[in-house]
Amino acid sequence: MKYVDEFRDGALAQGLAQAIAREADPARRYDFMEFCGGHTHAISRHGVTDLLPPNVRMIHGPGCPVCVLPIGRVDLAIDLAIDRGVILCTYGDTLRIPASNGRSLLRAKADGADVRMVYSAADALRIARENPSREVVFFAIGFETTTPPTALVLKEARESNLGNFSVLCNHVLTPAAIVTILESPEVRSLGTVPLDGFVGPSHVSTIIGTEPYEFFAREYRKPVVIAGFEPLDVLQAILMLVRQANEGRTDVENQFHRAVSREGNAKAQALVAETFELRRAFEWRGLGTVPYSALAIRPEFAAWDAERKYALTYRAVPDNKACECGAILRGLKRPTDCRLFGTACTPETPMGSCMVSSEGACAAHYSYGRFRDREAAATVPAEAAGTAEVAVPVTAVRGRTGVAA
Amino acid sequence: MSADPAKRDRLQSRPLDLKRGRVDLAHGAGGRATAQLVEELFLAAFDNEWLRTMNDSATLAPPVGRLVMATDCHVVSPLFFPGGDIGALAVHGTINDVAMGGARPLYLSAGFILEEGFPLADLKRIVDSMARAAREAGVPIVTGDTKVVEQGKGDGCYVTTTGVGVVPPGIALDGAGARPGDAIFVSGTMGDHGVAIMSKRENLEFETEIVSDSAALHGLVADLLAACPRVRVLRDPTRGGLATTLNEIARQSRVGMTIDERLIPVRPEVAAACEFLGLDPLYVANEGKLIAIAPAEDAATVLAALRAHPLGAGAARIGTVTEDPDHFVQMTTTLGGRRVVDWLTGDQLPRIC
Repeated sequence: MKYVDEFRDGALAQGLAQAIAREADPARRYDFMEFCGGHTHAISRHGVTDLLPPNVRMIHGPGCPVCVLPIGRVDLAIDLAIDRGVILCTYGDTLRIPASNGRSLLRAKADGADVRMVYSAADALRIARENPSREVVFFAIGFETTTPPTALVLKEARESNLGNFSVLCNHVLTPAAIVTILESPEVRSLGTVPLDGFVGPSHVSTIIGTEPYEFFAREYRKPVVIAGFEPLDVLQAILMLVRQANEGRTDVENQFHRAVSREGNAKAQALVAETFELRRAFEWRGLGTVPYSALAIRPEFAAWDAERKYALTYRAVPDNKACECGAILRGLKRPTDCRLFGTACTPETPMGSCMVSSEGACAAHYSYGRFRDREAAATVPAEAAGTAEVAVPVTAVRGRTGVAA
Repeated sequence: MSADPAKRDRLQSRPLDLKRGRVDLAHGAGGRATAQLVEELFLAAFDNEWLRTMNDSATLAPPVGRLVMATDCHVVSPLFFPGGDIGALAVHGTINDVAMGGARPLYLSAGFILEEGFPLADLKRIVDSMARAAREAGVPIVTGDTKVVEQGKGDGCYVTTTGVGVVPPGIALDGAGARPGDAIFVSGTMGDHGVAIMSKRENLEFETEIVSDSAALHGLVADLLAACPRVRVLRDPTRGGLATTLNEIARQSRVGMTIDERLIPVRPEVAAACEFLGLDPLYVANEGKLIAIAPAEDAATVLAALRAHPLGAGAARIGTVTEDPDHFVQMTTTLGGRRVVDWLTGDQLPRIC
């Protein structure tokens, strides 16, 4: 397949892996966070970890829109579908997000709510046009990449004065989330989360460019490499980060020259600026309330803003107490540190949001990486048993079939 | 009363309007309208000695050997898709389930649930396609049933088929039969059917040349088993695709598997469509492919037998059965890394067959 196979070439991958192994200083560790769930998925699906030396570790970040959507926002959507009888249009991934009281959009659909999976914001607009006697709400989620299409349908709805359509906006911003991670005490002062750099998502930067990262690369002294989603892109980005770390540089580098520029897509940015404004604060699952981290619909589009149209009041709902999604999304814990992982919480019965989307750290590890826990358990040196470090394999094994026994 | 005995024998004065007519509730009520639908549509298309008796059941001579029986419901949407339709699919699907038991399929039954208002022209197209598929496969449809539900309570047409076949002596296929060291084969490219269906889904239509691989595999199975009676497991990777089917077998046989991504045949068009739909071809349905597991020493024989048949021309050995208490299916990726190939979670592609 042209333009895909080239970026999954095994021989090139081995070459990059050898370069990383050669240049990574064996005397130190390298802890890089891939912010975006798309990268988490690519790393897991293609087995990229197997090509990295043991002292280069990837931490899965919070860049999965399904994972960071708080329960209260899903509740709003479910209430609209059930109590207001609207046609609720949503991207497929959101259907299974666990909401409060064991609810989800998928269960609401089974209970008779009119919930429809769409592949684009434009599909939701079309459904509104085809059902003039029904109210249609588009449950918009995602980072900067999915925001411009939502902006477009808002504009179209206003231009054609489509009265039965509105948008429940949950669009969030990447740089704000990264700053929150960098500002967290675990990273800043406690040092419990070592972070030597970020792999930034290229699709976000096709819109916003690389410039928004320059501030915190400088301010927080962390290198950033904007990378594509193919496995070779990721490997190359890791090599670039290793080099920056070795040279003590903290630059914003662009691995994805084939589509990303420093300035980004000015037209899309203008479109977003025309239709959205910054929210003062927005709750993220796992990160808590993050200032200026999300978008709201501008007052000029109030008639198409579901929050205003239905006078919705947001109510925060705490996660399941045992669920570690919050700590996992901040890089503080690994999926296997959670006692629900693989036992009560599986992709079929997700308790936390990281298990819902295939881009979530828990789902990616469960679906693609489970065998590693067994190998880790098998190679734990005897003298290390009982230390905090070995909690990972032991926890993981307990929930499965007891290989360690 | 007409003087023409053929006309006098007709149940209704006018024949079914197969061009503009629609299914109505009377067609499922069991009266004259039902009998007319059966005679003028089903009997005319499926015509064989058992149906001609007009009895409620088919009387069949018991064959010598072990019987295999399988049933399959079909709710595919859309009803007509590139490379097939619900009718041919219903015939192929059940024949394949019988064939995967190592059996030679002998007879089929067909049950139709029709929605009031469904165009008779579409029904005729489906029934003709079933008749053609059954005839080509050499497996007659010997009995059937039709029900009609009110408008809004079905989705046009659902078809259920049941098949009976007989296993030749010396063949013992079982999903629990895979042993560590065995070789794993697929008979051709993965994911064609699912992607062909997706390409015609409402909201998602995209330009592609991909057609469904819907086909009856009993001929391929017969050739394979004749060449290598020691084949241990056969299964068709339909819903959930290759990944889910391998997991089913691994669990049944209490073994693990390792497969190599580079050896799994996938058409470039299918890979490309999966890429932009966010799907993994390993989880996409097939309707004309099989997975075979056989002792490693028979690998060359199995591969040659599969490749000698037109439906197995693209066959490949993709991996090996391993000892594994967790029954993991693991894969070496194109990149040279490793991953688990897990069961399908949720339903990416509803109503694929």
